Amino acid sequence: MGAKDLVRDASLRLIKGRGNSRERRMGLKDLIIAKKTAILKRWFDMILGTYPEETSNHLRKQADPFANPISHTISKGIEGIFSTVIEGTDIESAFPFLDNIIKLRAVQDSTPSGAIAFILLLKKAIREELKDKIHEGVIYHELLALESNIDEITLLCFDLYMKCREKVYELKANEVKNMTFRLLQRANHNL
Amino acid sequence: MAKLPTPDELSKINYKPPEKRWVNTPAEFKDGFWCFGTRPKYLQAVDMPNPREWKPIEDDWKLPENWKEIFLEGFAERLKKYRSFRLFMDICVRCGACADKCHFFLGTGDPKNMPVLRAELLRSVYRNYFTTSGKLLGKLAGAREITFDVLRELWYYAFQCTECRRCSVFCPYGIDTAEITIICRELLNLLGLNTDWTMGPVANCYRTGNHLGLEPHTIKSIIESMVEDIETITGIKIEPTFNRKGAEILFITPSGDLFGDPGTYTCMGYMMLFHELGLNYTWSTLAAEGGNFGLFTSNEMAKKLAYKIYAEAKRLKVKWILGGECGHMWRVWNQYLETWHGPTDFLETPVSPITGTKFDYTSSLKAVHIAEFTADLIKHGKLNLNPSRNDYLKVTFHDSCNTARGMGIFEEPRHIIRNVCNHFYEMPENTIREQTFCCGSGSGLNAGENMELRMRGGFPRANAVKHVHKHYGINMLANICAIDRAALKPLMDYWVPGVEVCGVHELVGNALVMKGEKERTTTLRSEPLPEKEAKENV
Ligand code: SF4
Ligand code: SF4
Repeated sequence: MGAKDLVRDASLRLIKGRGNSRERRMGLKDLIIAKKTAILKRWFDMILGTYPEETSNHLRKQADPFANPISHTISKGIEGIFSTVIEGTDIESAFPFLDNIIKLRAVQDSTPSGAIAFILLLKKAIREELKDKIHEGVIYHELLALESNIDEITLLCFDLYMKCREKVYELKANEVKNMTFRLLQRANHNL
Repeated sequence: MAKLPTPDELSKINYKPPEKRWVNTPAEFKDGFWCFGTRPKYLQAVDMPNPREWKPIEDDWKLPENWKEIFLEGFAERLKKYRSFRLFMDICVRCGACADKCHFFLGTGDPKNMPVLRAELLRSVYRNYFTTSGKLLGKLAGAREITFDVLRELWYYAFQCTECRRCSVFCPYGIDTAEITIICRELLNLLGLNTDWTMGPVANCYRTGNHLGLEPHTIKSIIESMVEDIETITGIKIEPTFNRKGAEILFITPSGDLFGDPGTYTCMGYMMLFHELGLNYTWSTLAAEGGNFGLFTSNEMAKKLAYKIYAEAKRLKVKWILGGECGHMWRVWNQYLETWHGPTDFLETPVSPITGTKFDYTSSLKAVHIAEFTADLIKHGKLNLNPSRNDYLKVTFHDSCNTARGMGIFEEPRHIIRNVCNHFYEMPENTIREQTFCCGSGSGLNAGENMELRMRGGFPRANAVKHVHKHYGINMLANICAIDRAALKPLMDYWVPGVEVCGVHELVGNALVMKGEKERTTTLRSEPLPEKEAKENV
């Protein structure tokens, strides 16, 4: 199954989830969208917090996307996830950003959980940002529904992560073959 | 109502790295980030010390008993021998200007990949044994003893630096961390701690003159197979000569151009060009390798391997050397050769037989980079080119670290590309020319087992390619280095699928209108020319 098929599947599951709770979730969705910048910032900071301090200082300071590709990729990636999970845009349009961030995590962190965990931090960011409302208890059910959406995206990201790992193994296996391509071709020719 | 679970209860993963100073955090060897240790037979082949079976991941590296002594003696010797090294150990003011300039730091986020910290790994040892303050104050003066953990750390990070020199461009003192890595690797080599991927080519090159250890007849037959392909594509039979005494020019290129896809297409481009010009040149099957992995091993080894090329030039009595599209081959020639062997007075200052241009700048080395040679031909209008044959390509150019920062070759390849292609777009300014980002696989790091590291190190480069791919539809990443051609391919495959990699002379070969050629229907890759295919399908 290719990455695109994975996305289509997840997209269907998400749409189904949204249909069930759309009416009831309006309140929460509006709240979150109103706090989009704050939530994204909180989420971004939490992810940077997973890097060593000397590194995260740099990642926070440098704004040029080419001088600081990690931050650029992370911020685009989480915006993509946010718009899919919260604002309801289709995953296809967020896919390139999602793909980038997962590719990055798949070669940066040596454990699958470490690579994917950043998505779950969105839950934490939302809960912290909407702490008061959550304590009032009014949006509790909506929150749970929303969090299943986040779980859904997490699963998709896990599949994408596996694709990346397969790719890395494929590249490893092909390395020597590519470098000696002519020789192999010649050897076959002479058989 | 049920108690709401706290966020932390749901995601109980410890994201935060240990809050210790870097000196107290031993290197954690992560899978995919290190290369295999060298096999003893390669060290034995070139008489290098301490050959044995060892595995970087194991706790026992089977070091000689007096390893600390060997290491420190080697250190002292090099401090005396290389004034620049001593200076680099002393003068860093830790201003941090270099900190975020290394592609490995930008791709890994590992602070020990900041050039300043990478150097500090060795500098701290230097302080401990070679400075008064370090001897007296120890840790307070940032000094530390050489222990097994420190040695492991030095090894791990010396092989996460591609010696690309990007950091040095930004250092106000001109400190070149690449040089520090080079010396660090030399010290490691005293203990038999090279990587297999570097040492194999060194041993092979020493024996046969090329990285794969191929005999002369195999080299010849490979080149002849390209001749067959050229004939199929153009209808023209090219007759290259081998080891021909009295030829005007000796042509040397890295063996990647002979064996590896897509280097072979670049090589076909060279041969077509030379044929069209009627160039009086010869191949050497004994010096069939421009690459020199000795540079990534030790000064001595680089010197040993480099000389064969000039010895061949002398034996064949050629006038000058023309070098193919390679990066580190040129670094060795340009930066070290004269110091090692003095001026090459048995050769002549190169003059292009076609344009009469005298390449004065290389009056000592007597070797011309093919990008300069071809740019000069184009400038003098000596080539019949049809750039529309490359119209199916949208090209961007990756400056190779060695030719860019080591030699200042910026305009020549661009001049060529603009004349052989109609669609050329630059990547963002802070990622090209002097500031170019390394492919992430140079200096012998282009092995298979460290693929994760390569993908991370190459990420800043790929990120810039992704940008032009998205905005201009770039589908070809051109370059003038054999390691790039091999290394950028998987890098693109991972980060920017849909972007292929080529040498500049592959583009030249496609565009070159040769006298008496048949109508081209395919590219040098034997793929149908898109416009021809479209016509046929009408
Ligand atoms: S830029 Fe130069 S002086 Fe500043 S920290 Fe880096 S190496 Fe040291
Ligand atoms: S030489 Fe290149 S790889 Fe090495 S520290 Fe400097 S920027 Fe990084």
